[in-house]
Amino acid sequence: MGKIFTFLELRNGAVARSSLEALRGGQELAAQLHHSHTAVLFGLEAPPSELTGLQLDDILVAPAPQLAIYTSDQYVAAMDAVINAEAPNMLLAAHTYQARDWLPRLACRLGRPLVSDCVGFRLDGDLIWLRPLFQGKMNAQVKTTPGLVMVSFQAGTFRSDDLESGSPTVRTHEVDLSAVPVRVQPGKAVQEGRGAVDLSRAERIVSVGRGIGSEENLPLVQALAEALDAELGASRPVVDYGWLPHAHQVGSSGQTVAPKLYLAVGISGAIQHQVGMKGSGCVVAINKDPHAPIFEIADYGIVADFMEIVPALTAALLERRSG
Amino acid sequence: MRPLKIAVLIKQVPEAGAPLKINAGRSWVEETNLSFTTNESDSYALEEALLLKEAGGAEVLACTLGPERADQVLKDALAKGADRALFLTDELFAQLDVQGAALALARALIEERCDLILLGLQADDTGEAQLGPALAERLDLPHVTLVVETTLENGSVKVRQEQENGWFQHLNVTLPALFTIQSGINRPRYASLRGIMAMKSKEIRQLSASDLNLSAVDLTPQQTLYGLGVPPKTKQTTVIEGSPAEVVARLVEALANEAQVI
Repeated sequence: MGKIFTFLELRNGAVARSSLEALRGGQELAAQLHHSHTAVLFGLEAPPSELTGLQLDDILVAPAPQLAIYTSDQYVAAMDAVINAEAPNMLLAAHTYQARDWLPRLACRLGRPLVSDCVGFRLDGDLIWLRPLFQGKMNAQVKTTPGLVMVSFQAGTFRSDDLESGSPTVRTHEVDLSAVPVRVQPGKAVQEGRGAVDLSRAERIVSVGRGIGSEENLPLVQALAEALDAELGASRPVVDYGWLPHAHQVGSSGQTVAPKLYLAVGISGAIQHQVGMKGSGCVVAINKDPHAPIFEIADYGIVADFMEIVPALTAALLERRSG
Repeated sequence: MRPLKIAVLIKQVPEAGAPLKINAGRSWVEETNLSFTTNESDSYALEEALLLKEAGGAEVLACTLGPERADQVLKDALAKGADRALFLTDELFAQLDVQGAALALARALIEERCDLILLGLQADDTGEAQLGPALAERLDLPHVTLVVETTLENGSVKVRQEQENGWFQHLNVTLPALFTIQSGINRPRYASLRGIMAMKSKEIRQLSASDLNLSAVDLTPQQTLYGLGVPPKTKQTTVIEGSPAEVVARLVEALANEAQVI
């Protein structure tokens, strides 16, 4: 029987939602492969209560004090020690920013493959992992050589609501990190650009991408947002170019939103953006590139220059409102 | 104090809007008629190196691994102000997975003894976001991913790292080190005419697998692309076509009556 380990990331002492989703992926794999399933947590004495009622064989906590605050050097050293002692066949995690920071380094140290940003798996004799290419325009099927495989799952690949219940045992794994030099010293952490715009509660969002061509065209989209009584969202490039403050950004490095209506103007729909809005109800996409990935997740798609559609749409909505 | 030596890793990728077709073997996209460009976040990494060079003096080394066509990204980097370039190219490199690429690049860079290695946070084609930390491990360097600000201070660097949900972490790193750079950290420049002229006299050093003392066995991939497909649609998309007036009328009707969101 093989062993599946799922690493769980903590946010303010609670398990990150994306980690719980990865844990559900671990449950599915464990059931299909008849493997055992262990949750692994770093830097605490006892697991958070939300884990103790879940279907797992056990929960392994590594309480070493050096792991209380994340550093890549310590995390890599600790997981390297855990894997050498426990010899799992699979190490799963959520594809978070933190995972991207240390898992590739760990994979290189172990000399084992990491399938990153994975969006699913298939059992076809062999295990086949699915992951996006070209920012989601294509999907790759990936096979790995026999032995340990590491996989980081994209947010939303599994649903944490589907987690099965059980009663796992808890065990402690001591790792000695006293000899590990910390070459990257964490200073202060700050949250920026929050407060002014809370997109997470918005019922309607009009979101703008670089497809509008220039900052001068922004008022056209703002007018549409006003006509729809919607908040204004943005894709990463729009924020990078300084057209809108970071507080408007939707996506993996911005806010996660789930409005009833999400109207995307000139947004191609890279994975990083989709992660932040795929929970939306009705998605409308206006983009002149018919191959833009946003159309894959749109309910209504309009392949056109936004200049031809947006001002006319604003006028029609205002007329409807006054009529 | 000798000037810093900064290596920038640059990947050539298909242009963002390029129409992609799966090739006959379903092993990759069809590359004939595809136009290629510098990976977006790598151009921010290059700009960061050039800014550091202008601020305190540095030698900037542009480096890529790729097929014959990929030397274009090096020429562009040299024209923008990089001083010289390394071009890792070999038929054996076609099969590389990310750890193989990290191994080859580590072999090429180890004797350069760089103070700083910069690259974009991920390649827009494969999107793995793994090369930076893997290369740092190979070279035994500290690394920080998703850097949005760098400040040099005698022998160490203060960096700001982007985290999720609007959080930023400040970190102190001793040199030498490797950073992956987030897009938007600066404004990448265009090459000047003078830069383009100067580029022609700058060195692009080609390195093959055997130059790096690497055999096919050393480069055996641990993960292989088994097939390529178009992602399954999760939604039934209604495409609205017609004149702008028709499209607008139909959309308003759909939002009001079908989706009932206005």
